[in-house]
Amino acid sequence: MSGRLKLAAQGLSVALVAALFGLLVWKVATQDEGAASKLGRGEVVSAPNFRLDRLDGEGKISLAQYRGRPVVVNFWGSWCDPCKEEAPVLEETWQRYKGRGLIVLGVDFHDLKGAARRFARENDMSYPLAYDGPGATITDYGVEAAPETFFVAPNGKLVCERLLGGVHIERNRERYDDCVEELLTA
Amino acid sequence: MRFLLAVVAALAFAGPAAAACPTLADLEGEVMCPECKTTLDQSDAPVARDIKRFIETRADACVSESQIKDELVAQFGPAVLAAPPREGFHWLAWLLPLVGLLAGAVVISILVWRWSRSRPVPEAVAADNGRPPLDPELERRLDRELARFDG
Repeated sequence: MSGRLKLAAQGLSVALVAALFGLLVWKVATQDEGAASKLGRGEVVSAPNFRLDRLDGEGKISLAQYRGRPVVVNFWGSWCDPCKEEAPVLEETWQRYKGRGLIVLGVDFHDLKGAARRFARENDMSYPLAYDGPGATITDYGVEAAPETFFVAPNGKLVCERLLGGVHIERNRERYDDCVEELLTA
Repeated sequence: MRFLLAVVAALAFAGPAAAACPTLADLEGEVMCPECKTTLDQSDAPVARDIKRFIETRADACVSESQIKDELVAQFGPAVLAAPPREGFHWLAWLLPLVGLLAGAVVISILVWRWSRSRPVPEAVAADNGRPPLDPELERRLDRELARFDG
């Protein structure tokens, strides 16, 4: 192999390694940690928008369509037992405050559509429901496990805090009511 | 008549094979549990159990493997498949390892070729007396001396 060819091969190898390293740096730098982490650090965070299939009917549903109204975004799945237990609390919130403009929006993820619809029917969930089978929104929000609940102010910002676990459980119940109240006065 | 019976018998044996329906066992190693990120056969998570039930229901209806996979992809996205589909951009996942292997083979071949060429030339074959041949310069000098001695 001539010296020039050898030099070219070495240059190519170095360039390849540099490119892979650059790719790694880019991936780490641009990796979105999710809205929940930023909210946890006290940052002002816009709620990531989504446009998903409706679970409770035909067509699409998006968070943006509720801009100007307070929204409780609840992530759930039919395979999740606490989701079943918290559903009555969310339904009660919806029934009590929808007259004041509040929206409860359930986002079902990593789920079979049929199972999710059956779950919603069996648990009398009459609030708007979106279907995110692939789970794209949970990455944007930084959802760790179902159920989780976020609170979106009329200006589209996340407020209060992310509630991990069912809103019905003791450690969350009071905080949930406070967050709903905060939303209504936002 | 005998021919007709033979045909009927052949169809009776061929029928079940042609209409073989998929089973859960055929698919559970090829479908992922979206919550636990393992294949269904390694997971007992609630959502994995739901997907297994879905597959069993569809398999009982004798829906083809590819159709069941398509229905799962429609709901969970392509990540629900353990192996990427052989289409479009996903071909990269199949081809890149092969390209890597080929590139490695080429590099190794070149290195082996260079190594074999750079090896020192083996010493000349020993002379008939079993001793190594003389240095050419020494041989020429010896010839000169012998010629003078003869002369």
